[in-house]
Amino acid sequence: MTESRPVLTMTGISKSFPGVRALQHVDFRLFPGEVHALMGENGAGKSTLIKVLTGVYDTDEGTVTLAGETVSFAGPMQATAAGVSTVYQEVNLCTNLSVAENIFIGREPRRLGAVRWGEVRRRARELLARLELDLDVSAPLGSYSLAVQQMVAIARAIDVRARVLILDEPTSSLDAGEVAQLFRIMRQLRDEGIAILFVTHFLDQVYAVADRITVLRNGQLVGEYPSADLPQLTLVEKMIGKELEVLEDIEEQPRREIATLEEGTPLVGVSKLGRSGAVEPFSLTIHAGEVVGLAGLLGSGRTEVARLLFGADRPDRGEVAVDGRPSGLRTPAQAIGHGIGFCSENRRAEGIVADLSVRENMILAMQAARGWLRPIPRRRQDELVERYVKALQIRPADPEVPVRNLSGGNQQKVLLARWLITEPRLLILDEPTRGIDIGAKTEIQKLVAQLSDGGMAVLFISAELEEVLRLSHKVAVMRDRRMVAQLANDDSLDADRVMQTIASGSPREEAKR
Amino acid sequence: MTDTGSRWRAVTGHRLFWPVAVLVVMLAANTIYRPGFLSVEVNDGHLYGTPIDILRLSAPLILVALGMTVVISTGGIDLSVGSVCAISGALACSYISQQPDQNSLAVVFTALALGFGIALVLGAWNGVLVAVIGIQPIIATLILMVAGRGLAQLITEGQIITINSEPYRAIGLGHVLTLPLAVFIALAAALLVAAFTRRTALGMIIESVGGNSVASRLAGIRSGRVVFLAYVLSAACAAVAGFMITANVSSADGNAAGLWIELDAILAVVIGGTALAGGRFYLSGTILGALIIQTLTTSVYAMNISPQTSLLFKAVVVIAVCLIQAPAFRARLTRRRRGTPTNPTSPPSQARQKEEVPA
Repeated sequence: MTESRPVLTMTGISKSFPGVRALQHVDFRLFPGEVHALMGENGAGKSTLIKVLTGVYDTDEGTVTLAGETVSFAGPMQATAAGVSTVYQEVNLCTNLSVAENIFIGREPRRLGAVRWGEVRRRARELLARLELDLDVSAPLGSYSLAVQQMVAIARAIDVRARVLILDEPTSSLDAGEVAQLFRIMRQLRDEGIAILFVTHFLDQVYAVADRITVLRNGQLVGEYPSADLPQLTLVEKMIGKELEVLEDIEEQPRREIATLEEGTPLVGVSKLGRSGAVEPFSLTIHAGEVVGLAGLLGSGRTEVARLLFGADRPDRGEVAVDGRPSGLRTPAQAIGHGIGFCSENRRAEGIVADLSVRENMILAMQAARGWLRPIPRRRQDELVERYVKALQIRPADPEVPVRNLSGGNQQKVLLARWLITEPRLLILDEPTRGIDIGAKTEIQKLVAQLSDGGMAVLFISAELEEVLRLSHKVAVMRDRRMVAQLANDDSLDADRVMQTIASGSPREEAKR
Repeated sequence: MTDTGSRWRAVTGHRLFWPVAVLVVMLAANTIYRPGFLSVEVNDGHLYGTPIDILRLSAPLILVALGMTVVISTGGIDLSVGSVCAISGALACSYISQQPDQNSLAVVFTALALGFGIALVLGAWNGVLVAVIGIQPIIATLILMVAGRGLAQLITEGQIITINSEPYRAIGLGHVLTLPLAVFIALAAALLVAAFTRRTALGMIIESVGGNSVASRLAGIRSGRVVFLAYVLSAACAAVAGFMITANVSSADGNAAGLWIELDAILAVVIGGTALAGGRFYLSGTILGALIIQTLTTSVYAMNISPQTSLLFKAVVVIAVCLIQAPAFRARLTRRRRGTPTNPTSPPSQARQKEEVPA
């Protein structure tokens, strides 16, 4: 780390949205040649700060200086031109275009107005070589994995002689090996003198790569610390502003015996359900009050299992029985009719309806089940919405705000409320805690435990084994689109055993761990 | 900042502010050009005058635009409304023309039922193409837009059918309580569509499907039915508009009736604030949009702009209206007018205005 002059300083930044004060007098600085982690819960103002910095939003107050000069970018294009590049959580590239086109789109080298494609490909190859990536630059971006797409996005960002590189949750869809590869690139760029602003929710990753940490809470600056001087526990306490006890609560609860849970007719009995190309036929029983965890690597077929069970994808063989009777379940509407709810992992594309208000998003599933001819009376809507806004601590607490104005974690809670309002008997949660902060995460975990105590069955899908193990009575393990094992979650089961099951027979996966 | 200042902002921030402002400016410009523009006189117990004409003539456009609003809200578009107008009008007129007593109420109601019925079938056709088969709406409705003109010609056998039916003529030119009957029909249709969408959950479900169809499906909405219904509603509205258009001239012309009305309707919807991409829809905005377009058409005639260039004039005004409504464009205008963005007065005032919003 070089203690020279900061390449970037933000002073007294404030920003409000209707109903939300997203940032209040926040200071931030970034030195050349450092990796600086920006930490905070959902809604703490991380994304807003980045968007103010890159000119997506105007500031209400405060100044930004880049290399000693006051700047005010009118948009990301201007910011990029000045050397501030951003790579967002969801890769904002065009999967139908080639790798080279994606890197140079919008600033292709031209001669007499015509794009010099040879030059585009040559420079794309050079850039990728710098990142030690060996790709066919003419192949469509969509033919590569999400991780590689992320690297291409970084290549695009650093091409413009970036001085500041902002990585907004770059690791949330990468597996361990890919994360290591990303970190290698980050360190390399840091050593070249680029200042990297890194946003993530994974605490381990922060300590693996960051030199310095800035913590935000509720739109306010908590402090800036060298990461060596800030123990992990202290960091978490600073982020949530209180001490951590919630998690222990869940652990201490006496876990009900799986044998007693699994008596009688299962609520949902899946026999040989499958869809070619998506997931091999699998069988699974879920009883009332049972939490079934679904573990496996990214792309192992976890989401596909959930989608088949919910009728979001049409199974081409097998059967789902509800209460012991064949259900003939083929569409989401039928699944909801049987008391099944499904929170997709893809919040933005498959969850929220961004234009509609918090209230409308919450009652959507219930209204759909009633049919359009029987609207839910407004008073009943307000009651339901108020109850869940309070119970899930959704902020802002104004139900008429468009849901797009909410932070990711709060949107997730709105989606949870949408399903809880329907009072499902089986709730399928696909990565409900991904990309959200530790506070909201523990709240959601606690909620799952409560719901199962109340008799609701939950199918809990998560990439985080600790989370799956903490909550589940039974863990089903997916590997290469097959359900390879179902393990009762008793004392003998720990993360290592699940990991071994995930990896079993595959030395490559084992080596990675 | 003063209280009046924030109130003024609340007024200009309302989504109907700009359409209303444009309409007022247009009426004012006409009045300056021709001082008698706004005068209304009572004659024979009926009100007459340019404002009344504008209301009467905009009735068919309002009808078509109402249906169009709902279709656009689902993320679709209905290009076939003009043809549906022509077909329904033609069928009604050709039935009346074949009856011995064209003034009989029973004949006229049968004719209306026939015209309305065929519109429902045509709407269902569009709905099936879009919602069941999954053809892109612009292509699916283009089929009927083109083929429908042929169908209308088939009904009229290539002739212009002239009828002599007082009850039918009243749909376009009759008066009730001093005002044209067409105005009441349009008003009733607007209230009906509003009740149909806002008193039930249909409106919200349509907005949800238009806003995010994948998420809506996963929330259990059978979006096919909703989309289907939207196209049927649009065709039904177009049928009534078709009756008005043919009743105005007591004749059915398969070629000319409702020609290009789909474009005016789409414009009215956009001016009214409903996004072409789907999602939130605003019926009141659409009605204002239709009034703006009809006022514009009337102004073009009133100002003696030559018919050859009138479409160009109309296009220029419409572009201006759309631009002034776009927040991004207004922001750019005001920023330029204020000079540098670091003007010390502007950012704090903005901040304070935002903070007044209850958190």
